[in-house]
Formats: sequence, C-alpha cells, structure tokens
Amino acid sequence: MISLTSPVETRAHRWPAGVKLAALCGATVVLFSQEGLGFHAVVFAACLLVYRLPGRRFFRAGVKGLVALWPFIAVVLVWHIVIGAPVEGLVVVLRLLSAVALANLVTMTTRLSAMIEVVRWLAAPLRRVGVNTRALEIGIALVVRFTPTLADKGAQLAQSWSARSPKKPSWRIVMPFTVLAIDDAEHVAEALKARGGLTR
Amino acid sequence: MERNLALVALFAALIAALGLIPKFTLGFGVPITAQSLGIMLCGTVLGSRRGAMAVLLFLLLLALGLPLLAGGRGGLGLFVSPSAGFLIGWPVAAFVTGLVVEKWRGASLAVVAGIASVIGGILVLYVFGVAGLAVTLKKSGYEAALLVVAFVPGDIVKAVLAGVITAALAKARPQSVLSRA
Repeated sequence: MISLTSPVETRAHRWPAGVKLAALCGATVVLFSQEGLGFHAVVFAACLLVYRLPGRRFFRAGVKGLVALWPFIAVVLVWHIVIGAPVEGLVVVLRLLSAVALANLVTMTTRLSAMIEVVRWLAAPLRRVGVNTRALEIGIALVVRFTPTLADKGAQLAQSWSARSPKKPSWRIVMPFTVLAIDDAEHVAEALKARGGLTR
Repeated sequence: MERNLALVALFAALIAALGLIPKFTLGFGVPITAQSLGIMLCGTVLGSRRGAMAVLLFLLLLALGLPLLAGGRGGLGLFVSPSAGFLIGWPVAAFVTGLVVEKWRGASLAVVAGIASVIGGILVLYVFGVAGLAVTLKKSGYEAALLVVAFVPGDIVKAVLAGVITAALAKARPQSVLSRA
C-alpha cells in the first residue's frame, strides 16, 4: 500500500508523531485567529522555504498537494475582486494554503506505523475502562489489506464490462462490486473467528 | 462481533476502492466520483451505526496519510481544506441515511433507500459541507451554498442509484443488508 509519507528522509521524520500533531493543531488555531496580510504572507513564505529545505524532490511533492486547491483559490480571488476587497481575499487564500501546507508537511514526514502508534496511544484511556480496542487495530489492518484487493476486483469488473460492451463501464458495476465486498467480508469474519476472534 | 468488524472494514475499503477504479460516467455525461455513492451505500446497507463506523474508519486512514480519496488525495491537509466540511459530514450522512432505512419500513426498499440517501447523503451532508466552506473561505452560508448548488443534480442521481443498488443487494445477499436484517 502506497502512503503519502515522503521517501526523502528529513530530520522531521525522526520527531515524535504526537508532538508534530500537537504542534499542527496549535499552528492551525493561530492561523485562523490572525487577519493581517503581512503575517499570512510571511507564514506562507516560511512554509515554502521549509518545503525547499530537504531538496527539490520533496518541494515538488509538497507543491503538488497545494496545486490541487486551485479551484477554491480561483473562486475566492475572483469573488473578492468582484466585491472590491482583494486584500481580504488574499488573506483567505494565503491562510488556506499555509494551513494545508503545514498539515501535509506532517503527513509527508510521518510514517504510517508512527501514526498508528498515536492512535493506539489516544485509544489507551478506552482500554483502561474496558473497551476492546483490538477491533480498531484489526479494522485498520483490514482496510489497508483489502483496499488494493477490492480495487483490483473493481478493475476486473470494468475490464470484463469493456470486453462485452462498446460503451464505457457504467454505474451498473457498483452492484456486483458491492456483492464482492460483502462476500469477502463474510469470509474474513469466518477466518477471524477460526483464529480466535477479537477477544484475546 | 467478527462479522460486524469485517463488514465495517470491508465497506471502508469499498469506499476507498470506489475512488481507485477507473472513473465511470452517468447517463448525462456527469463524471462522478463514486465515493459519495459509497457513503450512501454504507448507510443503506450497513445501517446507521455500522455505516457511520465504516465511514469513520475510512476517514481515520485518510488522516493517517493514506491516499484513499478519489484522485489519490489524502493526509491531514484535507481536514483544513475547504472540502473538510464534507469529510466531517460523511459519517453523519451515513448514520442518518441508515437510520431512515431502519425506521421506515412502509415502502419498497429501493424507494426508501433512495429517499434516505437524499436526506442523509444530500441534505445533512450539505449542511456540513456548506458550513465548512463558509468557515475556511470566510463566506456567508448563502454564498457558500451557491458554490455547491452545481453538484446537487449529480448527487440526486447517485441517491437514486443507491436505492436501486440497495434493492438489488437485498435480493442477492439478503442476510448482509443489515439495515433491514
């Protein structure tokens, strides 16, 4: 399973994931409490600088995540120029870009295993009051394991559709697709039970 | 217990897989990301609680950094982006959709599931989505609503499809349509 963690090893890869997430929460609160254009321009410039530090490959991957926001940016800028408040529009756009850039930065520098460790830590109080969090852990593993499997089956359904029809695959493949997922789920449930189930 | 977990996890994987398979188009050439259809199906097939849990599990993996959203997007940035409201509304939408299917047994499943998808997957979801747009883009609720009106017709088509598909599933795998089990 491909994750969004950057293969370019940065210093931040070694920082504890919990600290990075807490810092991200704090930074986002600050971003949404400030209104000055100067402040947001400096913050966004700093974000770009941080993206550039680990090298060009990391920078390109980071910018790609921001380019996806262009429809929103276009709408906001056009809107604010029309209503005659371009500065306010720029503040909204820069804040948006910085907030997404910082969040993506945490995602890019944190491995999936470290993230799951944070989830485990967050779920610890639940364990103490007797909730079985093993279901959550197995659930995460099952989704990671079965997403590529199901995507593969979906692609096969689309292919066999194309073999039979000159038209493009339509919504009609969603129904057999869902049946496949349900059947897989029943088999997985049997297998889990056969291996001792969730109580261990 | 194991069966519930497996169905919840497999439906979370189904939402993800619906974003990965080649895009298909609806009758009028509207390209759809089938993922929001997946959210409706979670509610209509799994019911309120399990449907919402499947969506939450999907969102958790998205937040952990897996690129499971259509177009290979993922990561924490999504949850501060303008579309964050829609993501946060997804589990609620699945819950409400499932609740309607569970409670309303008077009409045929296709009709009930279709209307439930409109209520949960469109009405409830758009309240969250519009609120998210309003906060991140600093717009009034009315202005934000204008931005998303264009997507409503496509979503109505998806709700109809969710109804048809759910009824077909109830014939193919009656035991697994938990919202009516």
